[in-house]
Amino acid sequence: MRVRSGTAVIYSLLGILAITAPLAGVYPVFLMKLLCFAMFACAFNLLLGYTKMLSFGHAAYFGSSAYVTGWLVSVHGWGTIFGTLAGVAVAMLLGLVIGAIAVRRQGIYFAMITLALSQVVFFICLQAGFTGGENGLQGIPRGSVFGIVDLGSDVTMYYFVLALFLLVYGFIRRIVRSPFGHVLRAIRENEPRAVSLGYKVDRYKLLAFVLSASLAGLAGSLKALILGFATLTDVSQGTSGEVILMTLLGGSGTFLGPLLGAGIVVTLEEYLSDRVGAWVSVIIGGIFVACVMVFRRGFVGEIQARFARRRGVAPE
Amino acid sequence: MLGIPLPAILGQLTLGLVNGSFYALLSLGLAVIFGLLGIVNFAHGAFYMLGAFAAYIGLQAFGVNYWFALLLAPAAVGLIGVVIERLFLRRLYSQDPLYGLLLTFGVALIAEGIMRNQFGSSGKSYPVPELLRGVLHLGFMVLPIYRAWVVLASLSVCGVTWFLIERTRLGATLRAATENARLVQAFGINVPLLVTLTYGAGVALAALAGVLAAPVVQVSPLMGSSLVIVVFAVVVIGGMGSIIGAILSGVGLGLIEGLTKVIYPEASNIVVFVIMALVLIWRPAGLFGKE
Repeated sequence: MRVRSGTAVIYSLLGILAITAPLAGVYPVFLMKLLCFAMFACAFNLLLGYTKMLSFGHAAYFGSSAYVTGWLVSVHGWGTIFGTLAGVAVAMLLGLVIGAIAVRRQGIYFAMITLALSQVVFFICLQAGFTGGENGLQGIPRGSVFGIVDLGSDVTMYYFVLALFLLVYGFIRRIVRSPFGHVLRAIRENEPRAVSLGYKVDRYKLLAFVLSASLAGLAGSLKALILGFATLTDVSQGTSGEVILMTLLGGSGTFLGPLLGAGIVVTLEEYLSDRVGAWVSVIIGGIFVACVMVFRRGFVGEIQARFARRRGVAPE
Repeated sequence: MLGIPLPAILGQLTLGLVNGSFYALLSLGLAVIFGLLGIVNFAHGAFYMLGAFAAYIGLQAFGVNYWFALLLAPAAVGLIGVVIERLFLRRLYSQDPLYGLLLTFGVALIAEGIMRNQFGSSGKSYPVPELLRGVLHLGFMVLPIYRAWVVLASLSVCGVTWFLIERTRLGATLRAATENARLVQAFGINVPLLVTLTYGAGVALAALAGVLAAPVVQVSPLMGSSLVIVVFAVVVIGGMGSIIGAILSGVGLGLIEGLTKVIYPEASNIVVFVIMALVLIWRPAGLFGKE
């Protein structure tokens, strides 16, 4: 019981922090960016943490959705909501196609296949006319929620993004704790056994993949709306690597881990990029190495394991 | 054929062969490492880049010529590989292979970041060695002698490596260690040392490809970062860990890529990945894979 009430305290503190942060003078655009990447990492965690599928190309869904939303909203004058939904739909479709090919293999093969196929998406974005090539899309307007709530102001936009983030976070929690989520974890622990119990493992994996891709797409669309641009960086290998790092660093397979990981990585990049230039990539690489060598469970995972050990329970 | 002049097709096929020899050399190194260590070496592109830079730095700072660079650069970079295996990879063999992929990804970021800090992002040019300047007149195209040399050198190294692994006693020991490391160890063979040297050798192959590439491409810190993804696709097509599969699919895909450049240039960047998807649907283990 003590641990449960501990979790409740953490959530209440985070909630208060999230609601009051822009009023306390924290730059709202930074907070929104953080929430976006946290949503991206949570979506990614659904795959890596609960199904143990390491997708090395999640930027494909994040970036393509950012492009589609940005293009529809800025060039075709679509509304914010429909533009976002269209972006998510494209990410979902991409996830379905790439996932259907990738779930045929496991482990490192899965990682390499998702990486290679995301590179196809990258080149399509580079060459297709509507993405603006090397320049990307600039000046994407935020618009409004059905013409009722104008999202032009940073603070309004922040609460809009926060609301969506909470929805996604709750949705992922719900999925993980549903019977479907339990099957995913069974696949993570022992795939051949899940097969022998009669589960159509490939279908479960594909559904998890499509869900994760769609939510990653939502994060990408929001990113395009918040910052007003969508560029090749959003679909690049570097972004795919970043979301892996966020999830791993915070703790894959935990609810709060991706949130913490995204917070650390986004803050670090924001803080370091003007100060150290290309050393950022050395630091990120160093964190990767440290994570893999020293704390594979991530921050939150290590803390949970320590609590579990103290209570005399074997860590999960 | 399709209204495209034959010389254009032959010309692109020849250039495809040059690219294909690089793919073969790089995927060979990956296959050797994967075969014994079970690790997908994401840093392979970074080691290729380091090989090219080692040649460049050697020439600029110490006046080491191309021919010595062909030996020294792979040796130096291979040594870095040995250190990385001893310090990090060694501790990961008992873990999920995904951690090896993630670790080498981190190593690649570090290597690329350091080189970008030292040399900037722009490309440096490396002169073609005097002996290999000039061109060959093939009738359908004019081929720089250096490119012909690249094909010859890469394919010879591939051939020698294949022979070493598949036809010699050393190779038999290696393959036995892949099957059952403990048993081979019981026969008095120092398996951990064998593993370290194999990783070093695979890394040295990547660096050798880098030295060979230095005079044809611009030497830059990011020259290997997208190449490594293409090579991953090549290895998946060939079948992970298959030596002959890596060599043949490397050359084959170079040729197909060249052909795509004349038929439908827009697709030349993605054709390898599309073929990978098709192969996976048809044969999930790859063309030469065993499973």
